[in-house]
Amino acid sequence: MAKITRIIEDVTVRFAGDSGDGMQLTGSQFTDTTAIVGNDLSTLPDFPAEIRAPAGSLFGVSGFQLHFSSKDIQTPGDTPDVLVAMNPAALKVNLKDLKPNATIIINSSAFDAKNLKLANYETNPLEDGTLAGYNVIAVPLTQLTMAALEDINLSTKEKERCKNFFALGLMYWMFNRPLDVTIKWIETKFKSRPELVEANKRALQAGYNYGDTTEIFTTRYEVKAAELPKGIYRNISGNEATALGFITASLRSGLKLFLGSYPITPASEILQELSKYKEYDVITFQAEDEISGISAAIGAAFAGALAITTTSGPGFSLKTEALGLAVMTELPLVVVDVQRSGPSTGMPTKTEQADLLQAMFGRHGEAPVVILAAQSPADCFYMAIEASKIAIEYMTPVILLTDGYLAFGSEPLRIPQFDELPEINVKFRTEPEGFYPYLRDENLVRPWAIPGTPGLEHRIGGLEKSNIYGSVSYDPENHEEMVKIRKQKVDNVQKIIPDLQVEGEQEGELLVLGWGSTYGAIKEAIYNVRQKGFTVSQAHLRYINPFPRNLGDVLNRFKKVLIPELNLGHLAFLIKGKYLKDVIQLNKVQGRPFKVSEIENKIMEVLGGKNGN
Amino acid sequence: METKIDEVKPQVKYTAKDFIPDVEVRWCPGCGDYSILAQTQRVSPDFGELKENIVWVSGIGCSSRFPYYMATYGFHGIHGRAAAIATGIKLANPKLQVWIATGDGDMLSIGGNHFIHACRKNVNLKIVLFNNKIYGLTKGQYSPTSEKGKVTKSSPYGTVEFPFNAIKLADAAGATFIARTTDRETKHMQEILLRAAKHNGLAFIEIYQNCVIFNDGAFSNLTDKETKADNILLLEHNKPLVFGANRDKGIKLDGLNPVVINLNDGIHSINDCWVHDEFDDNPTRGFILSRFTDIPGMPTPIGVFRQFNKPTFDGDYVNQIEEVKAKKGKGTYEKLMFSGNLWEVN
Ligand code: SF4
Repeated sequence: MAKITRIIEDVTVRFAGDSGDGMQLTGSQFTDTTAIVGNDLSTLPDFPAEIRAPAGSLFGVSGFQLHFSSKDIQTPGDTPDVLVAMNPAALKVNLKDLKPNATIIINSSAFDAKNLKLANYETNPLEDGTLAGYNVIAVPLTQLTMAALEDINLSTKEKERCKNFFALGLMYWMFNRPLDVTIKWIETKFKSRPELVEANKRALQAGYNYGDTTEIFTTRYEVKAAELPKGIYRNISGNEATALGFITASLRSGLKLFLGSYPITPASEILQELSKYKEYDVITFQAEDEISGISAAIGAAFAGALAITTTSGPGFSLKTEALGLAVMTELPLVVVDVQRSGPSTGMPTKTEQADLLQAMFGRHGEAPVVILAAQSPADCFYMAIEASKIAIEYMTPVILLTDGYLAFGSEPLRIPQFDELPEINVKFRTEPEGFYPYLRDENLVRPWAIPGTPGLEHRIGGLEKSNIYGSVSYDPENHEEMVKIRKQKVDNVQKIIPDLQVEGEQEGELLVLGWGSTYGAIKEAIYNVRQKGFTVSQAHLRYINPFPRNLGDVLNRFKKVLIPELNLGHLAFLIKGKYLKDVIQLNKVQGRPFKVSEIENKIMEVLGGKNGN
Repeated sequence: METKIDEVKPQVKYTAKDFIPDVEVRWCPGCGDYSILAQTQRVSPDFGELKENIVWVSGIGCSSRFPYYMATYGFHGIHGRAAAIATGIKLANPKLQVWIATGDGDMLSIGGNHFIHACRKNVNLKIVLFNNKIYGLTKGQYSPTSEKGKVTKSSPYGTVEFPFNAIKLADAAGATFIARTTDRETKHMQEILLRAAKHNGLAFIEIYQNCVIFNDGAFSNLTDKETKADNILLLEHNKPLVFGANRDKGIKLDGLNPVVINLNDGIHSINDCWVHDEFDDNPTRGFILSRFTDIPGMPTPIGVFRQFNKPTFDGDYVNQIEEVKAKKGKGTYEKLMFSGNLWEVN
């Protein structure tokens, strides 16, 4: 029968199923293929903290959302247009998020009495009218998969596991995507088990054919390639981008990269990723605990490496004392905090921005550090390089804040050429004549004199030192001077950080000021509001300590400043404290990123519908 | 000895003076730390390393001021973390000879985790534990090596906890050179330090160190002329375990139990004595030796309990990097970034 292909601009798809259903895999395969066909995209995985929660349970539902488009997009989408629900629990958990009229592809094989009960459905939603208003396509995915694999020599369980590829094949048909990227992946992944290669490929193809031949599918969609800046692209998650950014910084600086780290969600992928790159002289020290991770990194920095430590909230707290040591010894060190919902264990797989004030103030004594925040998954690449550069050139610890949303989310990265990237100047002291450990250059930076250099033998440590000479000193005036020098040195970083850019009008009624991972949602919200004819501007902070030079000036050019953040007002607190500027807050602490609509509504509320035309 | 002392690298001729920096040493007069410092400076010229390649790392405590008093590279860390800091230094530059000066509180209490894991991995570090069985810098609280019942400022009625046996702990955790000496046995200490320097792997030295202020006389039975000979047992490779003022007492192994025998009783002779084997592959005897200090009536062994060869963490790490490089070729930016699923926008 004839099938119609409709060209659309923009789609949000969510895959949802049991933690064991392979939804993350299905989602990332769909993402890879979508990237290859040239759409702009943004992804948001959402999975439970339990590794394999009981099958069919509501809390065990794992989801993967993908927003792709033929135009430039910034977020994984507020409300899915299409939901693939592998079981009743997945339907129940995700239904409320969908657009009205959304398409729901349902694995009807999983809608048996047991699963319905586990999902707290008293009656079958496929039959009781719950789904009225949606475009429901019920497909017995499990059954069809089993049938397609009938003659393959695998256990029933193994065959059943292939159903996610059937679903994926169906989605490939629906959105007119090629199968080859996934086929190649299957062939590599299951190389040692030819029967699994065959089974998964066949399930994928069967899903595709099912869409093509059966009558329940009448329409397929096409999203054309996006007009992105010229270049070679790859899709990248925030954690991967962070890891590659540090290796690039190592190549750029010529320093060996040393990571001291202890596994913690959602930062572990950086450790795992970096451990693959031995041929880049990357040393990954999986330490016995968080404190050892940072302490070893400090040791490595003393010995002349580009030293980093990666963690999330609880581990960040544990590293606090050692961070003070790095401040005192004035060694280059990057601490990556992939923020997650806290306090304590909190919601480990969920995102939040509530570590900013800890990054700023969470140490004893006067212990200033540089703080950077990445604004998108691909930006993690650049900020890792920037953090390394500042740490090395200013001999200071730098905290790089990302979060769970950036860590697991992904978007296309236009791969820069090596020489487009910032230079990192390493100046090891070798000249013994006139050497003292706390000599200062024009930026108050002390020399990096590493063990192995003849004639520069010296001792540093946590005790206060006399300026210039570096001997242990309890002198009151010297201490005050050193405290001020350490602060001024961090403030001097302002010289090399870019001015804050304002997108939209450079002055006026309302500025929306954000930091870190909220960039995309704010940007889309502002776009929508401006489409309606209202005037509102955006500025986004990637440098938080020190702030960009012109921040105070920017703030003063606007009557109102709105600060949306995923905490109870950390940036707002800093802005109010430093610039005595009253701000309007929009705060959310639900372990989820902002929806575009939430920011949009707040902007409209603040504007009071006033300045539109 | 198994370690190859003759493999000394070509080097400048140093004297002890080269290791004495121009700073005032600030331990209490009479503190055992002075002796440890002096012996270390005396033998450092023979460590077989250029001065610039030696790094002393420490945590917090009286002993941890040590790096400031050595004219090498030094890093005075934070409480308990010396082993972690030192591991980072060693991994970042395996050519360095990395020493740790630490105390019983620093290494066995707050730093216990880092200590056992450094031992487990056999990181090529030399850990010198100044054991004075007390917290000195914080002015006299009991430590994890204080004997049970010890009355201190924080245990006015005596402690109700058992102490760590540092030798036992180090051996069990995986250290590959385990030795003990005391601050008074200067020649012996020098010899032990030198052997630790030459050992390829984690060398652990416990030095009984007298804190004259808060725990004076803790080791007097091992240092006083009258009692010393009857309480100290000098471990020497391939020699029978004999001690006593008249060298008339020996140690015999009765099954797995060590017993003191009288060599002049007409029943026992030197041939009954346990002959010490430092390089014993089997850890059992070393373990029995380490327990002497827990058994009333047994003498306290000093010397090398055990020394054996095992691949080091840093060595294997470097090897792995070299193997991967040989297989994959050295990494480049192009290989790093332009890989995986790429697409081009024109
Ligand atoms: S307090 Fe004890 S250990 Fe510390 S320096 Fe004084 S004597 Fe030595």
